[in-house]
Amino acid sequence: MDLFSKIYFNYSKIVKTIKIYLLLAGPGLIVMIADNDAGGITTYAATGAKFGYSLIWFLILLGPVAYFVQEMTVRLGAVTKHGHAEAIFSAFGSFWGWFSLLDLTVVNWLTMVTEFIGMTAALSIFGIPPVVTVAIVVLVMLGIVLSGRYWTWEKITMAFCLVNLIYIPAAILVHPSIPDILRNGIVPNFPGGFNGELFFLLMANIGTTIAPWMIFFQQSAVVDKNMKEKDIPWGKFDTVVGAFFTVLVAVFIIIVTGTLLYGMNIDSAAQAAQVMMGTHPWVGTLIAIGLFDAGFLGAICIALTNSWAFGEVFGWAHSLNYKVREAFWFYIFYFLGLITAGGVVLIPGAPLVLITLFVQVIAVTLLPAALVFLIILLNNEEIMGKYKNTRFDNIANITIVVCIIVVSSLYGISTLFPNLFG
Amino acid sequence: MEALERVFGERIGSIISESTGKIRSINQKYATPTIKLSGGAKFALLLLRFYLIFLVVLLVYKFWTVIHGGA
Repeated sequence: MDLFSKIYFNYSKIVKTIKIYLLLAGPGLIVMIADNDAGGITTYAATGAKFGYSLIWFLILLGPVAYFVQEMTVRLGAVTKHGHAEAIFSAFGSFWGWFSLLDLTVVNWLTMVTEFIGMTAALSIFGIPPVVTVAIVVLVMLGIVLSGRYWTWEKITMAFCLVNLIYIPAAILVHPSIPDILRNGIVPNFPGGFNGELFFLLMANIGTTIAPWMIFFQQSAVVDKNMKEKDIPWGKFDTVVGAFFTVLVAVFIIIVTGTLLYGMNIDSAAQAAQVMMGTHPWVGTLIAIGLFDAGFLGAICIALTNSWAFGEVFGWAHSLNYKVREAFWFYIFYFLGLITAGGVVLIPGAPLVLITLFVQVIAVTLLPAALVFLIILLNNEEIMGKYKNTRFDNIANITIVVCIIVVSSLYGISTLFPNLFG
Repeated sequence: MEALERVFGERIGSIISESTGKIRSINQKYATPTIKLSGGAKFALLLLRFYLIFLVVLLVYKFWTVIHGGA
């Protein structure tokens, strides 16, 4: 083979690989990027504003953590062809099944409310009234799923995932000091010592990295996409790519707020965008658009998670490949979740701050259970066969799961009792 | 069934009775766990129960202190 033939051969091999990936990409990428939802963006913005670039190293560490947990859902979904809700009912019986399903419903609905809070706050910066935002968002989200094809939904949602990268140009616009980022951000350190405030933000960052809905969502999406056992390596790769982007976005948000708002106490990403609009209008605009997109992605994925979970357990048709008349309850559940969560934001005097805090507490009741079930199922040879956890998987996953349970519990408890950790 | 229909009206009554019937059938279908649990798994589930009871107690305590004007 001459040189040109070799180059052409390698080029077509790479193109073919990319084509296969684009065909199989989706659940991992979407779940990871949607993980940077409105609450996540707020946490990163607050972290950057409070501690500058100092905690970038910590966010980088959270990438593999998210990957190891989510990768298990790929294997479980591809092997069992069941969503997580159905898997829990089937394996552990109705007590744990109902507990998980009802807890998931409550925590997901409350999280959706926080996504609408983020979306309405973001568009309010541009003078768009919340009622218009909620109405348009619900209609668009309904339109996206009504195509009757999982593939269409997935590719449209992936386009929204691309918008999440808007924080990269925002960070470039603020001209951060690269040497400062490398010096302060990459080497592990605890700025100002390990105090209560730092601990709370570390816990918040871990809390936003793994949420209960993510486990249910990715497993159901893998099933709906009809991924087979042979697709598991691609599903894992998709999850790696997603984990990379979720960390990338988080780091760039920290760079933006760490450069422009360093030393400020930020309560929400919308507040950060509002402050920036005064001094750096373009950056403020990008942050607001990013916040809206984050809330949008979060809401659409979480609403679907509920519909899938109920469909699996109640035996309704529960696939995006069905038309409305074929999967009526699936779509009704999706629509009702969105419209009620959006409606709450429009109620004058609704306790939105309380709801935002309550999400963390309720999530703590479900996350440990979902993770423990995941580990037990992945260790069952009868269910998983050759895809069961290896010794290395177990060491990594059990360590991560125990750490997540401890830290998320402390986070939930410190939300209930704010003065507990000083 | 008839009592439900008397209280809630025919349509809503039948939806409620259909739903309770469905829930009953789900409970029957998943009455017994299908996987054989190892000792470690049983222990993990036991810890999970204690953990959840602990969280419920905390939530009730917080609720009680809020109602009585505490933190």
